[in-house]
Parts: sequence; structure tokens; C-alpha cells
Amino acid sequence: MPKHILSVLVENHPGVLSRVAGLFSRRGFNIDSLAVGVTENPDISRMTIVVDGDDHIVEQVSKQLNKLIDVIRVKRLDPAETVSRELALIKVNATAATRSEIIQIVEIFRDKIVDVSKNTLTIEACGDADKLKALENMLQQFGIKEIVRTGFISIERGSKHIKAKNNNED
Amino acid sequence: MRLTGAQAMVKILEIENVSHIFGYPGAAICPFYDALADSQIKHILTRHEQGAAHAANGYARATGKTGVCVATSGPGATNLITGIATAYMDSIPIVAITGQVPTNQIGKDVFQEADITGATAPFCKHNYLVKDVKELPRIMKEAFHIASTGRPGPVVIDVPVDVQNAQLDFLYPETIDIRGYKPTYKGHPLQIRKIADAIKESKAPVICAGGGVISSNAGEELTELIEKCRIPVVTTLMGIGAVPAKHELNLGMLGSHGNYVANYAIHNADLVIIMGARVGDRAMAAANKIAKKAKIIHIDIDPAEIGKNIDVVIPVVGDVKMILQDLLQLVEKGDVEEWNRVIGDKLAEFRKKQHSDVFSKDNAEDNGKDNADNAASSRTDRENAVKPSYFLKMLSDMMDGETIVTTEVGQNQIWAANYLSINKPGKFITSGGMGTMGYGLPAAVGAKVGRPENKVIVISGDGSFQMTMQELGTIKQNKLGVKIVIFNNSRLGMVRELQKKKYCNRYFQTFLDNPDFVKLADAYGIKGERISGNLEVEGAIKRMLHDDEPYLLECVVDPEEPTL
Ligand SMILES: Cc1ncc(C[n+]2csc(CCOP(=O)(O)OP(=O)(O)O)c2C)c(N)n1
Repeated sequence: MPKHILSVLVENHPGVLSRVAGLFSRRGFNIDSLAVGVTENPDISRMTIVVDGDDHIVEQVSKQLNKLIDVIRVKRLDPAETVSRELALIKVNATAATRSEIIQIVEIFRDKIVDVSKNTLTIEACGDADKLKALENMLQQFGIKEIVRTGFISIERGSKHIKAKNNNED
Repeated sequence: MRLTGAQAMVKILEIENVSHIFGYPGAAICPFYDALADSQIKHILTRHEQGAAHAANGYARATGKTGVCVATSGPGATNLITGIATAYMDSIPIVAITGQVPTNQIGKDVFQEADITGATAPFCKHNYLVKDVKELPRIMKEAFHIASTGRPGPVVIDVPVDVQNAQLDFLYPETIDIRGYKPTYKGHPLQIRKIADAIKESKAPVICAGGGVISSNAGEELTELIEKCRIPVVTTLMGIGAVPAKHELNLGMLGSHGNYVANYAIHNADLVIIMGARVGDRAMAAANKIAKKAKIIHIDIDPAEIGKNIDVVIPVVGDVKMILQDLLQLVEKGDVEEWNRVIGDKLAEFRKKQHSDVFSKDNAEDNGKDNADNAASSRTDRENAVKPSYFLKMLSDMMDGETIVTTEVGQNQIWAANYLSINKPGKFITSGGMGTMGYGLPAAVGAKVGRPENKVIVISGDGSFQMTMQELGTIKQNKLGVKIVIFNNSRLGMVRELQKKKYCNRYFQTFLDNPDFVKLADAYGIKGERISGNLEVEGAIKRMLHDDEPYLLECVVDPEEPTL
């Protein structure tokens, strides 16, 4: 099923995240990822939610989100017009024999080594879905011990920006 | 003005024009009750918090105002939940205030702590946990605003006991600005134009009116529209009363428990205009079959309802009343003579048949039958019985147009919906979306408190009645002239009917060994009588309705009596 990106401005109150998450589970919508953080206005948080589903489902999700009083604005982002990034921390097995190869791969991907131990390397990787997938594939051969991801955050390209003015989707 | 949180809460209720609240005290809400003692606001002490929530609901539906209920923390709050969910499903404006353990104890599982904002989130329009007394005025203002505007619904305010005791400089905000909440009332002119065009083009239009027509008080406008354009109307359970039942264009209730003509019309129309209805499965199970045949227009104040259960060609978001007012300016009648004739004939035939079924000779006399199941212990099987349809037709003739009827859930509800003649909005009060047994009696309490000058009757089943019958105590203590009709079939009739039709007559756990309801009423000092034949119906209804005292009328009903 296609993935859709929703950008959701919410009041920066306690409890808002659980309302949003609860809505998804209650209505049987699947969240692929959800990332949240405060915006340039400290009263407002912004969530980036990646949803699985057809157009009908995504429309319902947006409408139901809009019904939450704490939701200020819901906007569906067009993937072609959007920059999306995810941060991942990846811990791979590394031996004296493999360490330099891993470091090379990480450099090619323009990512960073953030921690070393006798038998592991921890990589900080950032990028879109395709890039992270490619890196993961390359690292697989060494044995990935752990991956932690933030979920995607997305912003529109160009000068467009999402205003908190009203809660109608556009 | 320096006030405690509790005093501020009472003051705010006064400013919000609340005259009655329904509730049940406990430690965590005691500061509020202490402050309430000094107010003119009348508090109705129910016998269970669920009763308080349903009473607030019935009050709201009877008066059009927001109902208020109050409970203490923990079990008091959780007892409200069924009532809150019931109000949510039917979009009824209530504000539920709960006490909570002290702020610094929250999350520690102290005595009578329950996370009521967490628990009610899925079925309230919004809720608040007040952590700072300074927030109270804004929160309560918002709560009343949110409950009663847009698509109405319940709002919960959870107030820790220390917040009730803390002091604040009281100032009630005059304005409100919730950036995430701006309901749309005015329909888009372009969309309204499209409705008018569709009506003009349609040869077989039908309107499906739901509870939204009643909550937006659009009954008159709707009646004007159907008369002007000769459009037959069907109602959902929640829409009963939107257009007078006796109106020649009102086909009655549609759906799985509705009547043949209403369902015929919706399935054979070329244009279906859904107004303030959410296309629930009970009303329109085959929604997309309907949509294949007809052009669908959906008018609703809640955009999320449009397109949720049926594919819509013309969506219109807004308040039904305002949209109808705009529409009436431009709409013209289409070429509907043939359709009117077909529907008119079917309706006349249906009404005639129903009348003769109900009033046929053997109904007026006895119609006792011998039934096999549980026969030995069931009184109703051995005696003659009252036919509910006959009773309800007689009642319709004998009650005045201002009478408010509430119902319980089950066969009694379906009989009431199909046989009572309700001719005004807000006069039929029933739990539609949730189907909550035990709703009817406390809802009648609320309706009578809100409309003391009206007769209030609850149509009940013996099972449902026993879910909240402790409210007889509330009726007695507050001298509320609620008239209670119990259709006693000694069964959970609706479930039994299901077992009969779908489970090969395997009747299991649907027999009730009931108490003597008349004696029970007597124990509360409430008059009552039992009848067990149609010949007794008229006299009994007369005795029940002649004064404004509470009354319990038990009608012995044949357990085999079906809904359909
Ligand atoms: C609180 C609750 N529990 C269970 C049900 C399921 N239920 C629906 S109708 C019904 C039977 C109702 O029996 P009664 O009140 O005697 O009415 P009757 O159908 O006999 O008229 C039951 C158990 C319900 N609707 N609500």
C-alpha cells in the first residue's frame, strides 16, 4: 500500500500525543512512523506521521485528526514536493579485519561513526528512506546488532510553509 | 474576586446559565459540593453516577441546553463512563465534572484514583485534567463551548481536589479562541446551488433525516422543504420527530428495524439527501448499493462523517438549519408526481394495514398464547397479554403533542420507534448509537427536570428497567411525575428474538425471573398497576396520565411478540 505523509500541528500540551496515537489504534489506521517535536512557536508541536493506506483511509485519518480539539492543522504533503529525513543509529559488529571496510562504506554514504568498541561500531546515519535502506543493506554482511530510528520528519520544498491559522486541510 | 477553585466552578455554572445538575458526591468532589450548597443551582442526587450522566443527556435533549453531571474520583468517575459514551454516540451536549485525587498524588494509584481523562478519550468530544486553578475559568468556558457547538458531544473536566481548594483571582473570560476548533456552520453556496439543481432534476428524491436535524433545530425548515418540493422523508432512529409522524410525506423509520415503505423509498430513489445522519449500519447497511442507484447528497456539520460510510456525490459541510434556510431560497420542485403517487400509494396501504393489524378484533380481546419455553415460571405465558403496538397506538392518541417519550433498548425501543406518533423534534429520546439499556429511566428523570410542564413517559422493557431502576428513588425524592411503562415479557426480548431467528430457537440466558414491579414501585411510594390485556389499556393509560404524579404501568406482554 502507498505511504502518505501527514504534517500535523498540535497544541504543545501533555496528553496530545496519546490522543493522536489513540485515535489511530481506535479507528484501525496503521502508523508507519510518527515523529514529534516543538516548532518555532513553543506553544505548538509538529508531528510528521507516515500512514499506510489508500486515499480513502488517508482522508478519514486527516478528518478524524482535525476533529481533535488539540489538533490545529493537518496537511498532507506531496512526496515529490517534500524533503523527508530520518535519523538512525546503527550498531554493527566490527573486527580488526572489517573495521576499515565499514568506515569506508559509512564515508561513501556521508554518515558518521559516533562510537567504537573492540568489536562494534556505531553509525549515525541520516537520510531518506532509500538511502537508509541502501546503507542497511550494505552493513548487513557484518552483522547488525541494533538499529534505532527516529521516524521521518518532513518539510515542504521551496518557500511554502504550514501556518497555524485554521484547521482546515488544504 | 478571590475565590476557591470550587467556588469558581459553581460561579461558572451560574454564569453559563446552568439551573440543574445531576450528580453523586464523594471525597474528591466535596469542595465543589460545599460551594454548591450556597448556590441557587438545583442538584439532583441520582442513585448511581450512570443515572446522572443519562439524566444530563435526557435533560439536554429535552431542553436543548447543555446537561451537566458530577461525580467523585475513581469509581464515581468510572460509573459515568457508559453515560459519556452514550452521549458521544448520539452527539448530545453534556459537561461531566469529576473530582480527582490531589495533583501530587496522581499516578501513584492512591485511593480512588482512576485516569478518567485517559479512559474517556475515545468517546468524549474533548477532556481536560485541570492542573492549575488559574486554568479553571478558561477550561470550563471552553468545555461548555465545545460541548454545545459544532457537532455537540460530551466534554469531561477532571478537577483534582487540591485544585478545588486552591485560591484564584476570579475572572471569567468573555471570548474564546481555540485555534484547533472552528466548526463550519454556513454551507458553501456553490454546494447548495448543486443541491437545488439535483432536486430540480430528480424524479424520485428522498430525504433521510437524522439526529442532526433535531440538534440543529431544523424541523420547520425541513418540513417546509419537503412540502415545497414534495420530497418524501425517512428518518433514522435519532431523527424521529424531525418531521411530524402524521405528515403525509413522512414514511417513518428506515433500516433493519424500520418499515417497508421507508426502505423501499431509499432503495428506489434516484436522489438521496442525507441530513445530519451518519449512515450507521442499522439505518443503511447496504449503503453502497443505495449509492449505486442514486445520487447521494450528504449534509453534515462534521466533515468526517461525509464519505465515511457512503460514497457521496455532493458533500455539504455545515449546520443543517442554516443550509436549509439558504436552500429554501433557491430550490424548485422537480418532476416528482409519479414518484409521489407510487410512494403515496405504498404509504397509504402500509398505514391501512398497520392500523388493521393493530386494531383487529382479536387484539382488542385476548390474545393469550401458549408458549413452550420456560412456561412454568413465566407469568406472561399463562395470562393474556397486552399487544405493544396496540398500547403504543392508543398512547399516541391519548398523549398530547408536548409529551416527551424516552425509551429503553430492545424490542420496547423498536416498537416505540415504529408505533408511537411523535410529531415534534426533541420529543423522542432514545439511545441510538450506543443502544444503552438502562438509559430510558434516568433520561426521563433528566427530561422531567428540564421540562416539568411536559408529560414525560418512559417506554421500558423488564430487562432494561432493572439496569437503572434504582432511579425510582430519585423520582420519589424529587417528586418527578415520570410515567413508567414496562413491557414485561419476562425476557431479554430482543436477544431472545435473535436466538429465535438466528440461533435455531436455542433460548439461553434470556429468561428473567422478575420481581413484582408494582410492589417495587409501591415500596418507593409510587403508584402503579399491572394490566394483561388490550381491553384494559385505555383505562390504564387514562389513570396514568390524569395527574402529574409518578406512575408505573406494567404491561404483561407475550414473549413471542416480534419486533418485525
Ligand atoms: C447495557 C446493555 N447490555 C446489553 C445489551 C444487549 N441487549 C440489547 S436488547 C437486550 C434485551 C433487552 O431486554 P428488555 O429490556 O427486557 O427489552 P425487550 O427487548 O424485552 O423489550 C439486550 C440484553 C444492551 N443493549 N445494553
